[in-house]
Amino acid sequence: MARIEDQATLAAGPGDLAHERAKGLDAAFRFGAGALSILVVLVAWELFARSGRVTMFMLPPFSAVVARIYTDALGGDLWINLGLTLYRAMIGFVIAAVGGITLGALMSRIRIVHWFFDPIISVGFPMPKIAFLPVIMLWLGLYDVSKISIVVFDAIFPVVTATLGGIASVEKELLWSARNMGASERQLIWQIALPAALPQILTGLQVALPISLIVTIIAEMAMGGYGLGGAMMTASRFADSRGVFAGIVEIAIVGYALIKALAVIRGRLLAWHPETVERS
Amino acid sequence: MKALSRYLPLLLLAIAWELAARLNIVSSLALPPLTHVATAWLDLVHDGELIDNGEASLYRGAVGLLLAIVGGGALGMAMARWRTFDVFVNPLVELFYPLPKSALIPVTVIWLGFGDGSKILLIFLGCMIPVTIGAYNGARGSDHVLVWSARSMGASPLRMMWDVVLPSALPELLNGVRTALALSFILLVSSELIVSQKGFGYLIGYLGSTGSYEGMYAVVLTVAFLGFAADRLYQLLMQWLLRWRE
Repeated sequence: MARIEDQATLAAGPGDLAHERAKGLDAAFRFGAGALSILVVLVAWELFARSGRVTMFMLPPFSAVVARIYTDALGGDLWINLGLTLYRAMIGFVIAAVGGITLGALMSRIRIVHWFFDPIISVGFPMPKIAFLPVIMLWLGLYDVSKISIVVFDAIFPVVTATLGGIASVEKELLWSARNMGASERQLIWQIALPAALPQILTGLQVALPISLIVTIIAEMAMGGYGLGGAMMTASRFADSRGVFAGIVEIAIVGYALIKALAVIRGRLLAWHPETVERS
Repeated sequence: MKALSRYLPLLLLAIAWELAARLNIVSSLALPPLTHVATAWLDLVHDGELIDNGEASLYRGAVGLLLAIVGGGALGMAMARWRTFDVFVNPLVELFYPLPKSALIPVTVIWLGFGDGSKILLIFLGCMIPVTIGAYNGARGSDHVLVWSARSMGASPLRMMWDVVLPSALPELLNGVRTALALSFILLVSSELIVSQKGFGYLIGYLGSTGSYEGMYAVVLTVAFLGFAADRLYQLLMQWLLRWRE
C-alpha cells in the first residue's frame, strides 16, 4: 500500500491540497472508528457482566472496576503500588540500558571482552531467564534489590545484542574518515559509532522496556508485598476479583503510557534520521 | 576446535561455579557445586518427577502457542486484507499490545482455575499479539502486482490468501512466532511458579521451598536449556521454511 501511496504523493506534488485533506479525513475516520470499537468492547463487557450469565466473581462490570480504581486512588493505595512498580521497572530498565550499551560498546571495541561475552550473550538471550527468579530470591531475599536484579538480568540481553549489531553495521567509511581526521578511540565511540548505531540501540531499548514491565509484575506477584503485581496477587488470594481486574486496567495504562513515551523519545532523538523525516 | 574456543568462556564459568562452591567462597547452600546439581538432575529424571512435570509444561506450552499462531496469524492476515476490519480491530490490538502480559496470570486463574486451562489461555492471549503483528506487517507488504494478477486469473479470496499472501507474509510472520516462542516460555514458567500444582515452574518453587537447592538448580538449568534449544531449533525450521528465498 505504502509504495502506491508514495507514488501518488510524488505525482501529485507537495502542493496538492485535496490530497492532503483526504489524508486528514482518513486519519479522522480511523481515529473515530478506533474510539468506537474500544467503546463497543467496554459496553459489551459492562452488559455481559450485568447479564447474569457470569458471576460478579468471574467478570465484574467495567463500571465496578473503574469505581474500585477510583476508591484506591482516593485511599492512596494506588499511588503507593504504582510508584513502587514504576520505580522497580524503571531502575531496572535504566541499569539494563546503561549496562547493556556499555557492554555492547566494549564488546565491539575490545577483542577479549567480545570473546568472553559473545557465547554468554548468544546462549543467554533465548533462555527464559525468569526461571532464575527463585535463585535470585534465594541469594538476594524478597526486597527491591532482588526484584530489580531479575529485571536487569532479563532486560540487558536485547540491549547488548542491539548495540553490538548497531555498531557492527556502522558504515566503515564513517569510521575511516573520522580516524583519518585524527579522532581518538574515545571520540570514535562517542561521536561516531554510538550516534550512528542509535536507531538499532533504541530498537533494543524498545524490546527491553516491555520485558522490564513483564518481569517486574512477575517478580512482584511471586514475592508479594506492595506494587501493582503484589496487589493483584493479594486481591486474587482474597477472591477479590474487582481488585484483580482493577490491577489489569492499571497495569495496562502504565504499559501503554511508558511504551508510547519511549516511541516519542525515539522520534525526538532520531529527528535527524531519515526514518523520522520520511514519516512526517 | 573452533567451537571449543568459542564456547570456552561458558566452560570457564562452569569451572568458576564449581570452584566457588567447593572452596566455600560462597555458601554451598546458596550455590551448590555444579557436580551436585548434575547428580540431583539424574535423580529427578530417575524418579520421574522431572519427566512428569516437564510433560505437563510442554503440553501447555505447545497447545497455547499453537492456538496463538493459528489465531494470531489469521487475525493479522485478515486485518491486512480487509481495510474496514483493520480500521476497527487495529486500535484494539494496539491497546492490548503494550499490556505486560504477566498481569493476566491472576485473571486466567479466576476464569479457569489452577490447571492446564488457565496456562493455555494465558499463553494463547500473551503470544497472539506478536504473531498478529508479524502476520499483519508481512501481509501488508505482499506484492500488489501478485495479488492483482492472482485475482484477475480468478483465484478465490481464500485460495489467494493461502497461495499468495501467506508465502509473502511468511518471513515477518515467522519472526513474530519467534518472539511468541520466547514469550511462551516466560509466561509458562512464571505462571507455574506463581500458581500451579504441576509443571517445571511448580517443581522449581517446590524444590526451593523444601530446601533441596541442588534439585532447584537442576530444574532451572533444564528450563533455561530447553528455551535455548527451542529457539535454535526454531531458527533451523525458519531457514528450511524460507529456503525458497535466495
